[in-house]
Amino acid sequence: MGDTNGVTPRDWTAHPPLIHPDYKSTVKRGPTKPLVPIRQSLSELTGPAYGHDALAPLDNDLTKNGAKNGDPLGERIVVTGRVLDELGRPQPNALIEIWQANAAGRYIHEADQHNAPIDPNFFGGGRAVTDGEGRYTFYTIKPGAYPWPNHANAWRPNHIHLSLFGPAFASRLVTQMYFPGDPLLALDPIFLGTPEGARNRLVSDFSIDVTEEGFALGYVFDIVLRGPKETPMEAGR
Amino acid sequence: MSDLKQTPSQTVGPYFAYGLTARQYGYRHTSIAEGAMAGEDIEGERIRVEGRVFDGDGNPVPDAMIEIWQADSQGRYAHPADGRGSNAGFTGFGRTGTGTDPKHRFIFDTIKPGAATEGEAPHLNVVVFMRGLLTHVFTRIYFGDEEAANAADPVLSSVPTDRRSTLIAARTGNTYRLDIHMQGDNETVFFDV
Repeated sequence: MGDTNGVTPRDWTAHPPLIHPDYKSTVKRGPTKPLVPIRQSLSELTGPAYGHDALAPLDNDLTKNGAKNGDPLGERIVVTGRVLDELGRPQPNALIEIWQANAAGRYIHEADQHNAPIDPNFFGGGRAVTDGEGRYTFYTIKPGAYPWPNHANAWRPNHIHLSLFGPAFASRLVTQMYFPGDPLLALDPIFLGTPEGARNRLVSDFSIDVTEEGFALGYVFDIVLRGPKETPMEAGR
Repeated sequence: MSDLKQTPSQTVGPYFAYGLTARQYGYRHTSIAEGAMAGEDIEGERIRVEGRVFDGDGNPVPDAMIEIWQADSQGRYAHPADGRGSNAGFTGFGRTGTGTDPKHRFIFDTIKPGAATEGEAPHLNVVVFMRGLLTHVFTRIYFGDEEAANAADPVLSSVPTDRRSTLIAARTGNTYRLDIHMQGDNETVFFDV
């Protein structure tokens, strides 16, 4: 049955609460009763497995995968990082799906009616699978900020949505990556819904080393997922 | 001990459809999984699993995303931690949004799973995502026509008696129906997986 040592528990000092009234949609959508503890079984310790065969050639290049007759407008960026577990072990073959607004802050989603232009050469969706060292890379356009109806003059900070599959179903994570120095972070109830000590883990780092000269600014975003608990042997090292 | 800390969850938001469920919603992008999970060559009893997601006001949620993870008809998971190996071609993973059905149902066409281990009842493992959920929630769907197995299931037995019904889908023909209630008197049991 393989490693049934279990997966580390969800760290509730890292994750936002289910109801955070400043983010108004949580009030009627977040469960109110305590979560029921569960003894982990194969159901939680297994999970969907995707490999590099799940990818099409341009899936990780959002500057090209939606192009119709030219390049998308905006600031070209490269986003890279590693997917790790809490023990720092790289997570190879982790599927990452991303989606984001275009440079003007407009999603291709038909429900987005923000009065900003659609970019005919930008779709905004992509995916990647981590390599043997847990590393992924996306090329994209820096997403724009956009208004939303949560409160008066509410604006979402620049962000990229990420969805990840790790080593087990219990590792599942959907999150958002933000950009350093964004003044909207201090005003955003979604970002601020995250426990204070954990928020900086959602903010990518600008890196001149990752920046590709004459081509794209570089950002680094490492992601830590729940993984197998350490074995007694690892604990004793 | 742990050296690194978990990356916090954030909401899936209102605009996931073109990224995560593109084919279902008609966007020009592929999807890694859909509500249709079992091709013709997959062994097992064909079933449909459907339901709606209700918010605290009793309104159906039109922008939820539901994922299920399940064993094959013999109770085997398609994952290395299950050394038995699974039914070739059956990934066991489905994903669908509630935004394309006129009644805002989630609909999975799949096969009925077997019990993974002795003493467990067959079930679907479920994750619920939506705008307004900063952290996704886990639940399960059990099958109403498996009364004896359900009565013996260790997870179901750990749930207070008066809340177990929130996890058990009723069968009509080949369709199992179960609604997910985020809040209220019938609030679904969500697990701290």
